[in-house]
Amino acid sequence: MIVKVLGPGCRNCVNLERVTRDAIGQLELDATVEKVTDFPTIVGYGVMSTPALVVDERVVVSGRVPTTAEVRDLLAAA
Amino acid sequence: MSVVERLPVSASGRWLTLAGAAGAWAAAYWVDGWLWDVVFYDLLGMAPDGRLTETLHFFFYDIIKIALLLTGIIFVITVLRSYMSIERTWALLGGRREGAGNVMAAGLGVVTPFCSCSAVPAFIGFVAAGVPIGVTLSFLMASPLVDAVAVGLLLSLFGVKITAIYVGAGLVIAVIGGWLLGRLGVERWVERFVFETKLGWRTVESTAGLSFSQRIQMGAEEVRTVIGKIWPYLLVGIGVGAVIHGWAPEDLFTRYAGSAGVFGVLVAVAIGIPLYSNVAGILPLVVALYDKGLPMGTLLAFMMAVVALSLPEMILLRRVLKPQLLGVYLAVVGTSIVGVGYLFNVLLA
Repeated sequence: MIVKVLGPGCRNCVNLERVTRDAIGQLELDATVEKVTDFPTIVGYGVMSTPALVVDERVVVSGRVPTTAEVRDLLAAA
Repeated sequence: MSVVERLPVSASGRWLTLAGAAGAWAAAYWVDGWLWDVVFYDLLGMAPDGRLTETLHFFFYDIIKIALLLTGIIFVITVLRSYMSIERTWALLGGRREGAGNVMAAGLGVVTPFCSCSAVPAFIGFVAAGVPIGVTLSFLMASPLVDAVAVGLLLSLFGVKITAIYVGAGLVIAVIGGWLLGRLGVERWVERFVFETKLGWRTVESTAGLSFSQRIQMGAEEVRTVIGKIWPYLLVGIGVGAVIHGWAPEDLFTRYAGSAGVFGVLVAVAIGIPLYSNVAGILPLVVALYDKGLPMGTLLAFMMAVVALSLPEMILLRRVLKPQLLGVYLAVVGTSIVGVGYLFNVLLA
């Protein structure tokens, strides 16, 4: 599973990455977390509100930092 | 563990928690209103009109008051604005012409949830959707010029009239500034890659279909993030405000009214642009300066300069705007702010 955190590196992007890593750890998933900071690539995903979370090339969250539990559900469903 | 994970699971339990929080907020606000009188005048026996008493009283009373106001305002605004999104604004502005588009963009700039870190993706998305540059710039100007938290704070500290002036002036600057830049044909000063970027095959609605408790969580999270980020500015702002309140002579500014009246606004904006702070850190200072007779137009210009024109925001926008456009942007907004300052110094005198 490839998980991407989209965002230029603002505080919320850092928070989203932390929450995502926590969720992956709790689920004991075999997933790689990549950070995408390049703006054309971010917009290429159709994302205009950062931070955003992409799971296997599908945008699941945009413009907010969800709770660890919510990310856990999203990852389990993917 | 995030705030919302500690909340009760049932819907009624969550409403109760929310009502409890609102009650605790109101109680704290009420206690702050008399607590420091009791502490300084009665318990410590300090003279109410002593300079040190006034400084300390201002500091403690204001730090609690501003912190409470900020918490409440940020929470309510975040939850309300979660019903809007950049994507919805983007859809509304797509295909709009200049003129009416600038007015709409400025209005939407105020109500759309927006953090400066989204400025660049939003800019690219708007341009890719065919929104004219001038209209896009109206949106980008209005968002910090009419900062929603600033509006809430001004309303609670200075009342309806001053707030209406602030909102009106900010909107007019954003509409005219964006329109003017559009007329100047600034497309040539936008980085090429912006026009070459392809927007994803469909845009992602960031806040659509969220449950109410998810919106509550967004509000709580935003309060935590903002307070966590700005508390040093808040402490410095209130500290400086407290010292001015206690030690600056009553007629500090009226005494120099001659020179301050002419150059006051210019000086305020020149100081405000490089000064990077949050509006919450600035307002205690504004309150203290207003009490000492500094005119409101000068103070509004100072606030706008601090909030709307900041180095971090310029560095972000530099990714999509060439230096020439950044320079013109700064000049147009800066000059307009100075104009607003003088205008309201005359009107409110």
